[in-house]
Amino acid sequence: MAATAGTAEVAPHVEARGVSLRAGLAAVAFLLVSLAIGLAVGPVHIGIGAIIRSALSYVPFLHVDQRLGAVDHAVLWQLRAPRVALAALVGGMLAVAGASYQGVFRNPLCDPYLLGVAGGAGLGATLAIIYASAAATGSTWTVPLAAFAGAIVAVVVTYALGRSVGATQMTGALILAGVTMATFTAAVQTFVQQQHTQQLQNVYSWLLGGFSTATWHDVVICAPYIAVSSLVLVLHRRVLDVLSLGDDEAASLGIDVGRARLVIVVAATLGTAAAVSVSGLIAFVGIIVPHTIRLLFSMSYRAVVPLSLIAGAGFLVLADVVARTVLSPAELPIGVVTAFLGAPFFALVLRTSRTAR
Amino acid sequence: MTEDLFAVGAGKQVVAVDNQSNYPARAPHTTLSGYTPNIEAIANYHPDLVLISYNPGHFATQLAALGIKVVNIAAANNLKQAYEEILRIGRLTGHDRGAKAVVHSMRRHLAAIVASVPKTRRHLRVYHELDPTYYTATSNTFIGSVYKLFGFRDIADAAGGTGDGYPQLSGEYIVAKNPQIIVLADTRCCQQTYATVAARPGWSTISAVQNHRVVLANDDVASRWGPRIVQFARTVARTAKQG
Repeated sequence: MAATAGTAEVAPHVEARGVSLRAGLAAVAFLLVSLAIGLAVGPVHIGIGAIIRSALSYVPFLHVDQRLGAVDHAVLWQLRAPRVALAALVGGMLAVAGASYQGVFRNPLCDPYLLGVAGGAGLGATLAIIYASAAATGSTWTVPLAAFAGAIVAVVVTYALGRSVGATQMTGALILAGVTMATFTAAVQTFVQQQHTQQLQNVYSWLLGGFSTATWHDVVICAPYIAVSSLVLVLHRRVLDVLSLGDDEAASLGIDVGRARLVIVVAATLGTAAAVSVSGLIAFVGIIVPHTIRLLFSMSYRAVVPLSLIAGAGFLVLADVVARTVLSPAELPIGVVTAFLGAPFFALVLRTSRTAR
Repeated sequence: MTEDLFAVGAGKQVVAVDNQSNYPARAPHTTLSGYTPNIEAIANYHPDLVLISYNPGHFATQLAALGIKVVNIAAANNLKQAYEEILRIGRLTGHDRGAKAVVHSMRRHLAAIVASVPKTRRHLRVYHELDPTYYTATSNTFIGSVYKLFGFRDIADAAGGTGDGYPQLSGEYIVAKNPQIIVLADTRCCQQTYATVAARPGWSTISAVQNHRVVLANDDVASRWGPRIVQFARTVARTAKQG
């Protein structure tokens, strides 16, 4: 599998190819298997046969009776299924946003949190948890909305800062502005949190992120953003390939570089903000998934963007399975899982793709 | 600790309490940080004795270098330790008898409260909630020892293998374990109520929700090892008896 990985790695001019049939099938199979495992595995044991029967009972005209008790039914469809769905949405979004940022900024270390999304969302959520919770008692909207707004504000400020240096050094300036924004929001967030240590636990568990309390409501509020954002990014996969040649080359090929960059950044940011607002800050997915795709299949964004979307969804679903089973019935923060499993896996892929060359 | 000082009768000797101490109301509240203590600011109150429950960096050594007596009274992990520490606070402040009376009264009241719960309600499966992401407490914590007194079975114990007794449970495990009594220690921090719990997906199948055995505890009381634990136990007993 890894034998093909080295071909395009050193060449700056990437051979632009779409998704090969083999790669596409592998990614889709990975996602389907992950979703199945996600539904079937958890602290509560529910037989696979019963799950399939229960799922089929929702298909009209099939007339399959389900045999699940009320508790197992609630566990499966009200607790586990939304968790799997949300992890898939968030994982796909973070991976596709990471791949897009890496393309737009031509920097392999870019992740979806690059332009201050994480810091802004963290600050927004912290402020909401501490100041707004009393006013909006029990509202499930307050914290996600505040996180979303915080993320958007942070990125807009970052973008304005980055633009101010002029178009020639814009990518570098944007990255620096993002670092500045992240540091600044972290400072304010820590200060606010320090002043309200009673809420420390709440803020902390939001920042750690995860899907332990995912509901269909979360899925519904973030799905439209993630769907639109991923669609825009996937449609821009060819533009990303051209942008990867450099701004001048892209412009000479007839691309409005400034506009293309803005559209991609806006789409990636909106989707990431929506993902973060329902899941908290989950690290590493946006870096490891696109790079693994590059090492295994292709360097071309025409393949990396759609494959990252699919594989990212599968990866985070599996990570969440580990998070809820390894210490069962206790939960492990999912960020620990993504980094702890992701890092060695990434090292392995890196190593095998080198030796295969 | 502040609560214990006032309970044993040493309240008048207290010159300052940190910004985390919010009970009793008559305590001399200050802006002294409980998490990042400032030694100069503390020394400014000229205390003879500083009681601490955690010791960041060289905090205790530096205080001692200023000639101030420092005693570290770690948070109690069960009722027995709580009694010992209250007695110790009494000895340190010259209120031996006051402390003994407090401990005696706590023991007596708790015993009476437990005895008031019928035997059939002594083995309820309990879920103690610390926040709405299902952080909880096992039997190996102070609050867990109070449930043990009732004879309750803590559903978090299956997750107690690692860590310090405060694991985060899976939502599906809680629903499947079907707790018969739920204690919410997140009513203030996170505005949890019977209604918010009943509205959680899948939770309407839980026995405690169906039988309205959901205790709305004061977050602070349920997390501290002071004499107010008696009031807490009384609320729990009342809920255990109903339904």
